[in-house]
Amino acid sequence: MSTQNTDWPLWEVFVRSKRGLSHSHAGSLHAPDATMALRNARDLFTRRGEGVSIWVVPAAAITASSPDEKDPFFEPAADKTYRHPTFYTIPEGVKHL
Amino acid sequence: MTTTTVPTTAALSLADDALVLSHRLGEWIGHAPVLEEEVALANIALDLLGQARFLYSMVGDEDELAYRREERAFLNVQLVEQTNGDFAATIARQLYFSCYQGLLYGELAAADGELAALAARAVKEVAYHQDHAVQWTLRLGDGTPESRTRMQDALNALWRYTGELFTPVEGLPVDPAALRDRWLDVVGGVIRQATLTMPDGPDHTPWAAGAGRQGIHTEPFGRMLAEMQHLHRAHPGASW
Repeated sequence: MSTQNTDWPLWEVFVRSKRGLSHSHAGSLHAPDATMALRNARDLFTRRGEGVSIWVVPAAAITASSPDEKDPFFEPAADKTYRHPTFYTIPEGVKHL
Repeated sequence: MTTTTVPTTAALSLADDALVLSHRLGEWIGHAPVLEEEVALANIALDLLGQARFLYSMVGDEDELAYRREERAFLNVQLVEQTNGDFAATIARQLYFSCYQGLLYGELAAADGELAALAARAVKEVAYHQDHAVQWTLRLGDGTPESRTRMQDALNALWRYTGELFTPVEGLPVDPAALRDRWLDVVGGVIRQATLTMPDGPDHTPWAAGAGRQGIHTEPFGRMLAEMQHLHRAHPGASW
């Protein structure tokens, strides 16, 4: 790798591993534009038959929750058991739950 | 070594094209402008290596054919042995060759023969190689003044090696000459879309091109071959 930096933007890559499942985050990469990002994603993440569909999203377009806000965001859920569907028995044979 | 049904010269010509270009693209590893592009070029190189291995194994022993033949025994076109140059030169070489290989494999897949199975599989790989070259030609040609100049220079410099692509190959069920008009259409379309100018120099010269298929190669090829073969020649039969 040359040490010269490029100012290509960062893209987040989402891959659908098979039909019926949703796209999940696979990683990120640099590319000059969306078309090339899609091609780079194909080379980096789906060369071994890992997917049937790829999304690329400019990383700058993603608004993420901050680690500093972890407690107010996620902590209150833990002590309210009635929010969790833990009182049901899951029928046999149900997948992806 | 050879069987009666396999057209040896044809298989070797296609295999040598693929192997030599694969090795050239592999030279970018560790040197590509960005990591993503390095992976893209390496993937293309691996596709080509797979094609070469399949073809060599039809004709004889892969290692023997790749590592023990002298320069004059290689039947690849001179285009694929040209040095990588700058990134634009590599892309121009890719554009010229992948458009040719795509058309050739398309015809081979449709024709009956020993090579149809390989061609049918490889035509999908080559479609991607072609797309990669087209995307970059458009971006470099219609990019900055610097990238535009380099892309045009590269297209012009390699043009003289394109005529040889359409010379007949013994035993090949397709006449490459019949691909020429379509190749000109495809390549010309890309060059125009990239706002560049179609090279108008001779597409072959008596000195430089037109004889790779007869085992006559250009100066950089010997050095490439030395690097590619020295390990096997120093340690015959070595394995990991």
